[in-house]
Amino acid sequence: MTNLKAKSFELRQVVLDMIMKSGGGHIGGDFSVMDILVALYHCQMNISPENMDDPNRDLFVMSKGHSVEAYYAVLADKGFFPTEQVVNEFSSFGSKFIGHPNNKLPGIEMNSGSLGHGLPVCVGMALACRMDGRNNRIYTVMGDGELAEGSVWEGFMAGGHYKLSNLCAVVDRNRLQISGSTEEVMSHESLKNRIESFRWHVIVTDGNDIDLLNHAFDEAKNITDRPTCIIANTVKGFGGGDIMENKASWHHHVPTAEEYETIRAELTRRQSCQA
Amino acid sequence: MNNIPNRKAICDVLLEKSETDRDITVLCSDSRGSASMAPFFQRFPEQSVEVGIAEQNLVSISAGMAKCGKKPFCFSPASFLSTRSYEQAKVDVAYSNTNVTLVGISGGISYGELGMSHHSAQDIAAMSSIPNMRVYLPSDRFQTAKLIDALLLDEKPSYIRVGRNPVEDIYPENCPFIMDQATVIIDGEAAQALPSSGMDWKTLPPDMITIVACGEMTRPAVLAAQILAREGIHTAVLDMCCVKPLDREAIINCALRSKLILTAEEHSPFGGLGSMVSQVIGQQCPRKVINLALPDAPVITGKSQAVFDHYGLNAEGIAKTAKENY
Repeated sequence: MTNLKAKSFELRQVVLDMIMKSGGGHIGGDFSVMDILVALYHCQMNISPENMDDPNRDLFVMSKGHSVEAYYAVLADKGFFPTEQVVNEFSSFGSKFIGHPNNKLPGIEMNSGSLGHGLPVCVGMALACRMDGRNNRIYTVMGDGELAEGSVWEGFMAGGHYKLSNLCAVVDRNRLQISGSTEEVMSHESLKNRIESFRWHVIVTDGNDIDLLNHAFDEAKNITDRPTCIIANTVKGFGGGDIMENKASWHHHVPTAEEYETIRAELTRRQSCQA
Repeated sequence: MNNIPNRKAICDVLLEKSETDRDITVLCSDSRGSASMAPFFQRFPEQSVEVGIAEQNLVSISAGMAKCGKKPFCFSPASFLSTRSYEQAKVDVAYSNTNVTLVGISGGISYGELGMSHHSAQDIAAMSSIPNMRVYLPSDRFQTAKLIDALLLDEKPSYIRVGRNPVEDIYPENCPFIMDQATVIIDGEAAQALPSSGMDWKTLPPDMITIVACGEMTRPAVLAAQILAREGIHTAVLDMCCVKPLDREAIINCALRSKLILTAEEHSPFGGLGSMVSQVIGQQCPRKVINLALPDAPVITGKSQAVFDHYGLNAEGIAKTAKENY
């Protein structure tokens, strides 16, 4: 597990390079969600470039599609496409590495970008897989700002109604969105209770701790009568150090050359601490 | 007198095909009665999904199921399906290229008395402008059944609109139908109708009128053609079930032999069949084109036939406009 913790900082470096090279991206959410994606892709999900045609593979939808840089970095690390290619081509003219997930790329099941779509889509996947008697699992990651979309709650409602225990939704609860604090923009007071009231099993954990995330995902697998939502408390910009952590202005800020060096040094330091 | 609405024809096909195809799935948003799909829910409960009054969820869930190999048919009143869940249709169905058939029921002004909230006079424009979304408005129950048969053979996204009320038969049961081709009816003789690829265009008389119609406007267009033929004006009706992809070749071939082109549709005057046909005519063979459509306003209150009559969207109205402009 130590290696994966180091890897999550290494992959943040890939994100940083992608954003510096392209001059755009959503770095704050990329850094908060990275550990969730690493846990899913390296420890939890049965998914690889070799099994993408297997109907029994696990399924993932990146509902917070603007964190696509983190998603690309993890998919590249899993071998779906070369890391160097995505760093060089991300968001460039005519590139297939678009600024939101696109399922013409290997490894990506569904297009996203408009918020509030991932959970209802995953409800459909979970229903279909259950109809066919499959034992695979369906995962989605949402942002906490995204929870203001009404369609998210339609998804929670249907997931609970149909007792979709093969479905696991993760909320990247970094408490910041583009305009500021989620609690100021549109509060999520009693979020755990709200989701539980839709007949979901809810786990609250540290979303920047891969070990704790894996515990939560393992617990979810043992819940057999309802879907699970993991409220993953994260830090926006996690790993970037004081200059970017917990700052809403880093939602889609592109670092200056000086900031780049500072963040890179911090990521390297944290990575070496885990090695 | 036919009393089987097109929505029931869809249910009948899905009931028959689902006996052997367990991937066909029907999803409704508290709309199984309006959709005539209650018999499907009863016969195939394990292939039926109720999502409640939640059209966005309806479409996204359908897309997720399609991604996992299902063949979802997603039913909701066209007014809500085409606007409330428009973004889900755009992103989860068309953009993600999922094998979902969106079925807008009670389309157009089927719910004439219920007001503009329940009218879908914008769905052709809305759905047609989404890349990778096909749009079909079948005319009678036999053509509707053929369309559903054809849609089950491919895996591409589509939107279908059908009305609430039964439509008098236009064609014999074994109606001529080829996917994505207009059906051509000369002088209102529907029994001799042919898919456009079966037409020998050179045999058409010169100086015709061509009426391009879709959905519930096709039958009045055919009756109008009969009126015009009796008065010595040869008239071709293009039953443009495939609004997108539009059968451009059929339009051009008819227009080249026509002095006047009319379009008739149960839709806003903007962005629908009339706009699309006018684009083709303007580019390929400029002719006078008259677009008959609903007004750009909330329509008058009344049952749909009374509303059609009020706006001249009936056989007599179409024939009258044709003669005035010929």
